[in-house]
Amino acid sequence: MKRIAHALDAASEPIVEAVIRLCGWSAIGLVVAILAFVVAQGLPAFANGLDLREFLTSVNWRPDSPVKPQFGMLALLTGSLAVMLLAMAIAVPIGIAASIYISEYCAPSTRELLKIVIELLAAIPSVVWGFIGYAVLGPIIMRVTDAAIGINLLNGAIILALMSVPIIVSVGEDALRAVPDSYREAALALGASRWQVAWAVLLPGARNGLLAAVLLGVGRAIGETMAVLMATGHAVQIPHSLLDPVRTLTATIAAELGETVAGGTHYRVLFVLGSVLMLMSLAVNLTAEWIVHGIRGRDAA
Amino acid sequence: MTARVSFVAGAVERRKQAIDRLARAFGFAAATLLIAPLVAVIGYLLVQAWPALTWSLVVENPARFMTAGGLWAPLVGTIDVVVFSLAIAAPVGVLAGIYLNEYARDGWLKRLVQLAVMNLAGIPSIVHGLFGVGAFVLAAGFGRSVLAASCTLAIMTLPVIITSTTEALASVPMAFREACWNVGASRWQTVRTMVLPNAMGGILTGIILQVSRAAGETAPILFTGAVFYVAIPDRGLAAFFPYGIRDPFMALSYHLFVISSQVTGVSDSLQYATAVLLVLLVLSVNAVSIAVRYRLRSRARW
Repeated sequence: MKRIAHALDAASEPIVEAVIRLCGWSAIGLVVAILAFVVAQGLPAFANGLDLREFLTSVNWRPDSPVKPQFGMLALLTGSLAVMLLAMAIAVPIGIAASIYISEYCAPSTRELLKIVIELLAAIPSVVWGFIGYAVLGPIIMRVTDAAIGINLLNGAIILALMSVPIIVSVGEDALRAVPDSYREAALALGASRWQVAWAVLLPGARNGLLAAVLLGVGRAIGETMAVLMATGHAVQIPHSLLDPVRTLTATIAAELGETVAGGTHYRVLFVLGSVLMLMSLAVNLTAEWIVHGIRGRDAA
Repeated sequence: MTARVSFVAGAVERRKQAIDRLARAFGFAAATLLIAPLVAVIGYLLVQAWPALTWSLVVENPARFMTAGGLWAPLVGTIDVVVFSLAIAAPVGVLAGIYLNEYARDGWLKRLVQLAVMNLAGIPSIVHGLFGVGAFVLAAGFGRSVLAASCTLAIMTLPVIITSTTEALASVPMAFREACWNVGASRWQTVRTMVLPNAMGGILTGIILQVSRAAGETAPILFTGAVFYVAIPDRGLAAFFPYGIRDPFMALSYHLFVISSQVTGVSDSLQYATAVLLVLLVLSVNAVSIAVRYRLRSRARW
């Protein structure tokens, strides 16, 4: 009996190992599959009359026009970038300051509390943030400013900033704590205040990690869908002020895919937008990875 | 008697201390800015939702074009999809984590897998939705269904499960494995009898966290299975299992999107109550995960 069990064990070992390796490699397969699939679904659009030049340089996005549908991505791309940049302008200073405070100033018990709060903040679903932008922040913006509608660039950026801050703080705090304590001690021994330690020692020392934190925030902000769909308004235009409504790449896909015919030009163009988004997120992620691990990572590989 | 020597801060020192206090105040303000929205948002949602927060909100089905009734149908839909997606993602994710930490040798292949996991985590949720539409709904012929949405969500949650599993496994001391190998155990025997039991807590926390993420996601299920309205039985066992695996379903997150920005005439309190239910669902799952983690940390045996 024991011998049979042992034989089974020995026989199953290679099978188990093969399954484990297969699961490990599945991640590579999935990334390649998603990229290939989304691009392949989009490419025929160029054969079906999508003009690459118009796509890249036109601000006219009129997919439903009965006369001549126009697919210009420029306004959508500008919308995505504008919301992202404004969100980062709000989130990065707050995020970095909070991560310095959490890692250097506050007591351990407060740190634990703050980390839990950050985790909970990161857990709030994007559709709830969108709802908050739509139903709560919109009316506030209309009352404070004299904007015609409350769901606009500013609204979307504030909501996105709130969503990106947790990721910036948690990655940034890890980066700051990764700086060896001996650096801090050396600076403190020279009579530096905590702020001088943070400014002159930690920020340069953790520069790469902090940059990666910001990039991860950027990636999240560009890819976010539901919150910007609900909070940025729906005008396809290049914004001229903070209070203009805008439309992003993600929101366009979410708003229009449901109305398209599978395989039609509009459907395929939305997949092209998806490819653009995916390439942007790949670029941001790989840059972040490259900054953190740098040449060393590649040498080790 | 010796003269008392007193140290008085000079101008430079005073300026240094003033800047430090200023920096501290700024950091404190930034940290407060983190807490304030969480408290304000949850507080405001609760206050606005209060009139609609009754038990019937949870157990009744939506009625009269979503303007009345409760949230039972979307709640069950969300739970179904989350359970199915984790049933797909958890085994694959845990095995992939085992591969990365226990089997893969340092080299280009391992690095490639790590890069893939990281990039998979960074893919925008709407792109996952696009892939789900093209691959599962259309190409695989699942149609807009629980199955298609679960597969899409599974791919989205997979990288985070892999990462948390790898971290949990890495925290098991190397000496445990060496002891196992020394008595003649094979690699898989070591993993099964020594490494996995010791890392189980950490692995579970990671999976629980993905429950809350999957429950809140909207973009990936938008076109892969979630629909405006499905009439489901009000009573009996059928009310607990209303959706077949090939049926479209209602989901709490999509429901919130619909009643707040697509359908008119839904009372404010019902909208806020839907948001509150979704947030409570997600946060309570998170709280469980945090509690499990703290318990495990205090009980660690090494």
